[in-house]
Amino acid sequence: MRTYEVGFIAAPNTADDDLSKLNSQIEQIITDRGGKITKIDNWGRRKLAYRIGKFDEGVYTFVYFQGVGKEIAEVERRLRVTDFVIRYLTVRTDEALKRAEKLRSKRKVSLAPRSPDDDFDLDLDLEDEEMEGM
Amino acid sequence: MAEMETEERGGKAARMPRTGMRRRRISRLSAEKIDYIDYKDVKLLQSFIAENGKVMPRRLTGVTSQQQRKLVEAIKRARTLALLPFTKY
Repeated sequence: MRTYEVGFIAAPNTADDDLSKLNSQIEQIITDRGGKITKIDNWGRRKLAYRIGKFDEGVYTFVYFQGVGKEIAEVERRLRVTDFVIRYLTVRTDEALKRAEKLRSKRKVSLAPRSPDDDFDLDLDLEDEEMEGM
Repeated sequence: MAEMETEERGGKAARMPRTGMRRRRISRLSAEKIDYIDYKDVKLLQSFIAENGKVMPRRLTGVTSQQQRKLVEAIKRARTLALLPFTKY
């Protein structure tokens, strides 16, 4: 199973009803195809970093889900044909998250055996200094 | 004469001390142990873009090349969703 997140911006004058309807449609599309929604994140109204069309702000929604990939075409089609959606972006996250997890565990492992080594190095340094002193 | 002038200017520039340049050895990414750079983390990404919206070079932020690649990817995604500007002014 892969994990994805799809974020979209709705026009600021969108009715709450329309937005929640779209959300449930997306949910339906994903679950119908064997995917599973993990989280829906509503950021609400937010100022855009730049003007899109005639809008200066938008309503942000992020949908996190697990799936196999065939959900995406339909979800994106839905977002494309929905007039009040002004921008959307789908991102696959499982590989990057896995890599991040790997980095984290690697750091934990490398921290543990390094401490005896550090002590060893410290001893060496001391010896060197003593030698120089003599 | 003109030749001498340029030579002199070149020499002066070479000897000029680098002042006002931020020299950060350790970036926030390493210090805070951020492994996954999320494009939605606008605050974090903002610390890696210059005033005009450009991505800051590695030499100023001190991130590793791997981190820089992830940063650039995240910044580009954030720009697509209008979380960050492509350019300012």
